[in-house]
Amino acid sequence: MAITDQDVARIAHLARIALSPEDAERTRRELNGILGLIEQLQAVDTQGVEPMAHPLSAHQEISLRLREDKAEPGNETQRSALMANAPATAQGLFLVPTVIE
Amino acid sequence: MSTMPLHTEFDSIEALGAALRQGKVSALELADSALDAIQAQSGLNAFLHVDAELTRAQARAADDLLGQGRGGSLTGIPIAHKDVFVTRGWRTTAASKMLADYTSPFDATVVSLLEQAGAVSLGKLNCDEFAMGSGNENSAFGPARNPWDADAVPGGSSGGSAAAVAAGLVMAATGTDTGGSVRQPAALCGVSGIKPTYGTVSRFGMVAFGSSLDQAGPLARHARDLLELLDPISAFDQRDATSLPDCDGAANQPGRVRAQFDAAVAAQQEGGAKPLQGLRIGVPAEFFNEGLSPEVAQAVEAALQTYESLGARRVEISLPRTRLSIPAYYVIAPAEASSNLSRYDGVRYGHRTASYGDLADMTSRSRAEGFGPEVLRRILVGTYVLCHGYYDAYYLQAQRIRRLIAQDFQQAFADHCDVIMGPVTPSVAKRIGENRDDPTADWLADVYTLGVSLAGLPAMSIPCGFSSSQKPLPIGLQLIGNYFREGQLLAIADRFQQATDWHQRKPEQQ
Repeated sequence: MAITDQDVARIAHLARIALSPEDAERTRRELNGILGLIEQLQAVDTQGVEPMAHPLSAHQEISLRLREDKAEPGNETQRSALMANAPATAQGLFLVPTVIE
Repeated sequence: MSTMPLHTEFDSIEALGAALRQGKVSALELADSALDAIQAQSGLNAFLHVDAELTRAQARAADDLLGQGRGGSLTGIPIAHKDVFVTRGWRTTAASKMLADYTSPFDATVVSLLEQAGAVSLGKLNCDEFAMGSGNENSAFGPARNPWDADAVPGGSSGGSAAAVAAGLVMAATGTDTGGSVRQPAALCGVSGIKPTYGTVSRFGMVAFGSSLDQAGPLARHARDLLELLDPISAFDQRDATSLPDCDGAANQPGRVRAQFDAAVAAQQEGGAKPLQGLRIGVPAEFFNEGLSPEVAQAVEAALQTYESLGARRVEISLPRTRLSIPAYYVIAPAEASSNLSRYDGVRYGHRTASYGDLADMTSRSRAEGFGPEVLRRILVGTYVLCHGYYDAYYLQAQRIRRLIAQDFQQAFADHCDVIMGPVTPSVAKRIGENRDDPTADWLADVYTLGVSLAGLPAMSIPCGFSSSQKPLPIGLQLIGNYFREGQLLAIADRFQQATDWHQRKPEQQ
């Protein structure tokens, strides 16, 4: 099952990547090549095998920790340090194009 | 005029540390001579960010501690970090245009632990963009070069780390390994590297690529120097959700790896002339297939014979799903990458395009401009395999095969062997620019390293020979251990390095 131009447009939209027509064409060819490689997975019988998300689950019981669901108080210095890399800010807020008119 | 740094006169971190503690050399002298060498060898493009004042401040602090007799095992030792570890002082770019101006508000745990241990950082090292690649050619800031042959790649993605160690610019460097990114550049540059068990070293502050695979590990000349870096960074960290609090009953904390190493060395010493008596080395038939170049096969074979002469026994084993590790990895890693890299939206940090319409347009253009071709390719592949309708067929199927691959290793360790050995790469370093028109050609060369990454096992690369080309290129031997056997692996590697001198060969200055 080959990847079409429509598939590429949909994937690029989902990934939020703007592709020029030339990029889209190259992407389609490359993805079809890669698909040929990963199609090999389909031939393997994996009936009854549980998907492995954490590699150490082959060795021991794994339960992922969650931290306590509690806000940690910050201060203005931390806020400005964390926002120092933002392309556009004002009054402690990140600036983006108008979303609601 | 020699531009080799002062630290290259010492054979090991231990020896250099002793000289520092005895006041025979100062951390500042070491730092200055390394800074000069980095400048003189800037053609290697191993370093992305150098800041002499930051480095010298760390060196002065180390000298203060040493002056008070409070120096530790790494106090004053010159190292450097792969540019995917965030640092407050130096910029962190992950070799991407996306993060070209990024400075982190905090340090990665690995960076903090090494700084606490007294190591002096010379700066940040080149790598493939977001650690995606195996030749360091995917850096937005140009390829790093192999110190053995400037026209050859140093490997990747930790190419700058391997090149810097091989060229003698630092005693050791940090790297990260998602599918082989510590072992493969170590092999191609003729240095030693170890990827520890997944979950033993904190990922906090490592720019994320494939979170279920990413693991930090050091590169250095030899196993004993690797131990000096790996031991202090192997520690539980509350801030990494997959960090393990204990390792088969032993607390995950500094001292664990060293204690295992010391015990293994002591056991070897009891063996006299046959120090590795009783050690069973599993050699997977699938690692010696038609894709392996004859000179790599010969060098690995000679290394196995050296191990046999030390008392080890060779056992033929099978890892039947070795080839399947390629498609499994190239589903799982891009899937995780597409998820992890969705954070780069041009809003909170990172590149923002100059002209845009609405918010979606701004994000899509910023990402298209900020990411290089290989990163875009992997994000798109990952997005595809996670799509509704394909998720089961690709992503979950790859995760099931991942478990089968991990089980194959467990069966080998349970029934046949204590350690697995084989090649790291099918051939020596390729030319810079080779395979440019075939983006997946390099993926196939990862065949010997991916299985270990999918299984989360510890593995190393150590030098074991050279090609016969006019400019000889290094060949690496891979050692794979069972979970949490880092100390034992290092001791097995150390024994080989006592019997051979491959790790002592140094490239001529280019």
